[in-house]
Amino acid sequence: SSTLVVAEHTNDALTPITLNTVTAATKVGGDVSCLVAGTNCSKVVEELTKVPGVTKILVADNESFKGFLPEALTPLLVNAQKQFNFTHIAAGATAFGKSLLPRLAAKLDVSPISDIISIESEDTFVRTIYAGNAIATVKSKDAVKVFTVRGTAFEASPTSGGTAQSEEAPGVDVKNELSTWEGQSLSKSDRPELTSAETVISGGRGMKNGENFKMLYELADLMNAAVGASRAAVDAGYVPNDMQVGQTGKIVAPQLYIAVGISGAIQHLAGMKDSKVIAAINKDPEAPIFQVADVGLVADLFKAVPELTEALKKE
Amino acid sequence: MALRVLVGVKRVIDYAVKIRVKPDNMGVVTEGVKHSMNPFDEIAVEEAMRLKEKKIVKEIIAVSCGPKQNQETIRTALAMGADRGIHVEIGGKEYENLGPLHVSKIFAKLAEKEDINLIILGKQAIDGDNNQTGQMTAALLDWPQATFASEVTVEDNSLKVVREIDGGLETIHVKLPAVVTADLRLNEPRYATLPSIMQKAKKKKIDKMTPSDLGVDVTPTVETVRVEDPPVREAGQKVETVEDMVAKLKEAGVV
Repeated sequence: SSTLVVAEHTNDALTPITLNTVTAATKVGGDVSCLVAGTNCSKVVEELTKVPGVTKILVADNESFKGFLPEALTPLLVNAQKQFNFTHIAAGATAFGKSLLPRLAAKLDVSPISDIISIESEDTFVRTIYAGNAIATVKSKDAVKVFTVRGTAFEASPTSGGTAQSEEAPGVDVKNELSTWEGQSLSKSDRPELTSAETVISGGRGMKNGENFKMLYELADLMNAAVGASRAAVDAGYVPNDMQVGQTGKIVAPQLYIAVGISGAIQHLAGMKDSKVIAAINKDPEAPIFQVADVGLVADLFKAVPELTEALKKE
Repeated sequence: MALRVLVGVKRVIDYAVKIRVKPDNMGVVTEGVKHSMNPFDEIAVEEAMRLKEKKIVKEIIAVSCGPKQNQETIRTALAMGADRGIHVEIGGKEYENLGPLHVSKIFAKLAEKEDINLIILGKQAIDGDNNQTGQMTAALLDWPQATFASEVTVEDNSLKVVREIDGGLETIHVKLPAVVTADLRLNEPRYATLPSIMQKAKKKKIDKMTPSDLGVDVTPTVETVRVEDPPVREAGQKVETVEDMVAKLKEAGVV
């Protein structure tokens, strides 16, 4: 078998989930190639050549790939597939991968497998359904297996020691007359990124308003943690949606997850229950979050969080 | 502009129901369990309605693929304001194995048949959590896709769409015809009251057809091997004070 990993990157750097996806690809067995499509993305190609396990890198450097639009990337991937006949095509289960891979799969007339958490064999994959309340093992009979990978379920591959060769991808000169990319506004933060942070502190409806999240930011800065939120806090307009942890938001699995004022709805638990240690602060002793927390503190968060910040400052 | 819009409405187990895995480990228990419209599809219907209220949209067709009971889901969409419904009837084993690729093929065929300019779907259904149908429908039609939309503005023969991406937002423009998939913040769906479902929606027409009427083959290529409960996470200890909490976290080596 041979697997193609569609690299996610910013043109300047690889997105961390690409490394988790490479690990998943090596579990399929057989060769692993990567495709890097972008504009002035040579730095990313260089980064990838050092990743062990990757044998070949297909490079598609073209203005058409500005914004990484699926309407431009899909014909490119179809061309690469025609030439190399990969048995598997994978990408990270991010906004990028989730947009692109189903479009590609439909063009290849195969059923993609979304957000896999384990690979049992070349054709059998494990994924969560019903917001993580059930785990399904599925077998694909399609000639090409197209899947996206949950980053937290696979270790990141190392970033040195590899000796991959790069070459130009076939049919790079694609035209996209269907869509154009205007721009991005990314939340600026010096804190680590939510899905790769070692520690995540999340606030829920118990925070009462957006202003009160300052308390969590202060604690996060002290702990070098990322700050997340429950869907309830996002729905209430306290914080932006990109902070949402849960089945419909981001899936995180840090070393330490601190849930503050979060009751622990099923859909939130789905996004964080694979964390190594879960701590919860909630004033309701019956809150479901305590059923999954390793350390639970029944307390008023407006007292407990500043106390926690002070206690950690002293450490 | 007078767009013709297709919205997909899936009937799923209600989000508040606790899921139980079947004893034979081949699926989850659906009999006698409350079902509702997929929440992301409600947002899709609402968005179509708002465009209709702005006179940008002329007609909204709500489509659902599945057994007889899916008519209830279509009625809910009609009560919210959709103009008519199409029920693509698929039951039994065939429905159990129906995947997003099949549904996409059905939507694509209907879009051609009904002269549709805009398809609005939920970004994912809360049962299978696949997040594929919009992207695949767009691919089959060779239309652009605006996935995970949080703001849609109709421009001259195109859409300006703000999308939810990792770490923030992105703005794209897609030419019409196009497929949009709704994310959580796109809008706050209106509530269809029971009298509205019973009265208003009853008068609207629901066409019935089958996948073979549309020339769509629903033979599955993905087989469920087994379905299991997720591993149970044991609750730990409750502590009395912040000090005790810090001590526990130190013990675990995470602070």
